[in-house]
Amino acid sequence: MYHKEKSIQLKSSASALYNNLSVLRIGPRSLTHFTVVHANVVNMVSASWDGLNYSHRQLQSKEGNVATSSSLILQAAWCVLPARELLVLTSQKGIQMYESDGSIMVYWHALDSPETPTAAQSGLATCFVLSFSITGVSSGSLLVFDVPSKGSNITLSEMLEEHKEPLTDLGSECSGSQEFIADLVSADDSGLLCVWKSGDDFQLLNKIPGFEVTCSSVKLWKGIVAAGYGTGQIRLYEAITGILHAEINAHARWIYSLDIAPFTGLLLSAAEDSLVRVWHLTLTPETNSVEIEHMYNECVTDTQICGAKFCDGDGYAFAVTGYDLSEIIRYTQA
Amino acid sequence: MSSRTLPLLFINLGGEMLYILDQRLRAQNIPADKAKKVMNDIVTTMFNKKFLEELFKPQELYSKKALRTVFDRLAHASIMRLNQASMDKLYDLMTMAFKYQVLLCQRPKDILLVSFNHMDAIKDFVRDTPNILSQVDETYRQLIEMYTLLPAGEFQLIRQTLLIFFQDMHIRVSIFLKDKVQNSNGRFVLPTSGPVPYGTQTPGLIRMFTCNGEEVKRVQFRNGGNYTSALREGSFELFGDRVIKLGTNMYSISRPVETHMSGSLKNSAQHAKVNTAPNPLAKEELNLLAKLMGGMEVQKPGNPESGFRVNLFATDEEEEEALISRPAELSYEVINIQATKDKQANEELVRIMGEFTESEEPTPCSSSKGDDLLTMMDGL
Repeated sequence: MYHKEKSIQLKSSASALYNNLSVLRIGPRSLTHFTVVHANVVNMVSASWDGLNYSHRQLQSKEGNVATSSSLILQAAWCVLPARELLVLTSQKGIQMYESDGSIMVYWHALDSPETPTAAQSGLATCFVLSFSITGVSSGSLLVFDVPSKGSNITLSEMLEEHKEPLTDLGSECSGSQEFIADLVSADDSGLLCVWKSGDDFQLLNKIPGFEVTCSSVKLWKGIVAAGYGTGQIRLYEAITGILHAEINAHARWIYSLDIAPFTGLLLSAAEDSLVRVWHLTLTPETNSVEIEHMYNECVTDTQICGAKFCDGDGYAFAVTGYDLSEIIRYTQA
Repeated sequence: MSSRTLPLLFINLGGEMLYILDQRLRAQNIPADKAKKVMNDIVTTMFNKKFLEELFKPQELYSKKALRTVFDRLAHASIMRLNQASMDKLYDLMTMAFKYQVLLCQRPKDILLVSFNHMDAIKDFVRDTPNILSQVDETYRQLIEMYTLLPAGEFQLIRQTLLIFFQDMHIRVSIFLKDKVQNSNGRFVLPTSGPVPYGTQTPGLIRMFTCNGEEVKRVQFRNGGNYTSALREGSFELFGDRVIKLGTNMYSISRPVETHMSGSLKNSAQHAKVNTAPNPLAKEELNLLAKLMGGMEVQKPGNPESGFRVNLFATDEEEEEALISRPAELSYEVINIQATKDKQANEELVRIMGEFTESEEPTPCSSSKGDDLLTMMDGL
């Protein structure tokens, strides 16, 4: 179904962090941008559509007015808001937001840590309808930032306190349709999933309990939550009701990344077991049924995969990063 | 990242160090009583009460430099001496072995079982010495207390913290190459076969449900590997079958161990950028070092009867050659602190550290304090 393309070299290798690959594509024939985290540095690569030209940039973690910092970056991802894109970095010390090319820092939010810093994996998501950027932190709080269409007047709008365990990932409704009530799903280290509706005040719609197994990656598409767990399972839930549609024994080890191609319903999963798998989701609204079919396997030999994302909305191409690997491996449909 | 990583890093690296030293002591036919003394001295220093107190405090991982310095001191806690080249090789082997174990752990909590495998072996090394044995038991208790109830997510964070520490290290170890667990490019082989981790199902089954929760369809898919069901869970108690083999002594069969430098240049150069901290040793790291040295036995200077040198290479010529040919990027840049043979100077050091910590405030000039202390230590 897919074949391997020429890899993109990185300036440094990928760290073993969940969802350690972010892809941004603005428009069908324009550049594709990738970010991969290496300790306290973000590697940014922009690739031309034909894959022939690249440019690299490295962004070092900056906190407040400290020029460079050795504080580790936990996640770097683009937030696609209606009027702009922001590059958001979470580190042990706080949240940094940059213009999408990483050139200027527009906002810095320090995270208080009264006691010694512990944990702190966190996820990023944007709310589709309104201009919110949401970040989850180790205390379990979700910080909602109001982002203006330009400039740096970003403000903390509210803090959502529902999770008790460190946040691991966030997913916003990616179908592009406004018919779905739920906008956002958040996941934590206990496997708990919270489903939210955005607005000036975010509203909690549903809580889907975990079984003390980390949910490391979560996606929301057409009202369906796709969640990847530390046991290697993927589960599909209906977001509003929490109904379990499907349970897949997908991987032999901890899942690190999930992604959905919104136009085709392809689902990508990647884990420490070196395997990337492609699935297909079929929704039948009349019967409220969800089917999932396995499509394809790709083994990235001797690599613990830490990031896997589709490069386009159809799922025509996907990219993969692995621990200790200094390249982004790409695959396109044959 | 996780603030509970350091004890596991230290204990597992220490365990590997003891395996290697034990093998070299036997290979060099060091008299049994001297060999035993070395092992006992190192273990008792490793598990010194004050040192462990410092170690088990929640804190960030130390820099590579600091940790290497700690192990340098530890290796010299007894009458054994190692040249620079041998110490470098020892440290390479220790770190690559533990990196291998961390990577290959099927599930994050297994790192604790690996640690217990090391602890079990250490206990066996000192089984004839009751007071050291009790130190080891005390450490077991601390490990059990700190780690057994941690959730899986926290263990994964510990594992990720360790993997960041070991990032870009691809030194080739001949024992790994021979056993085909490491490729010639220095990367470890990750099998897609064998038992799945405890708590995971073999991949292959898709189950779909109705809105009422009834299973409506069951489909198998090809999982691309050759998996079998999980083995039983290992024991997290003081005694017990740990089940997993990672962390047990792979040097039991006497095999010469060489490390290869050439394949690692490119990656190490990349990694060098990360440690940009200007201060060679942070205050906390110096604290630990002082506690370690405070716990060391006084060694009478220049006693030719008891002291001896251990070589990690087959011959002295090889050792010299290794020192000359070691690539600059792989230098550990060990801080040259003179081993304090004088008890008085040792007490002075501990006192200095005490003063240092009393006046502790989180000020930006802590780096200059560190420099002063280093100068003082160099002069001792």
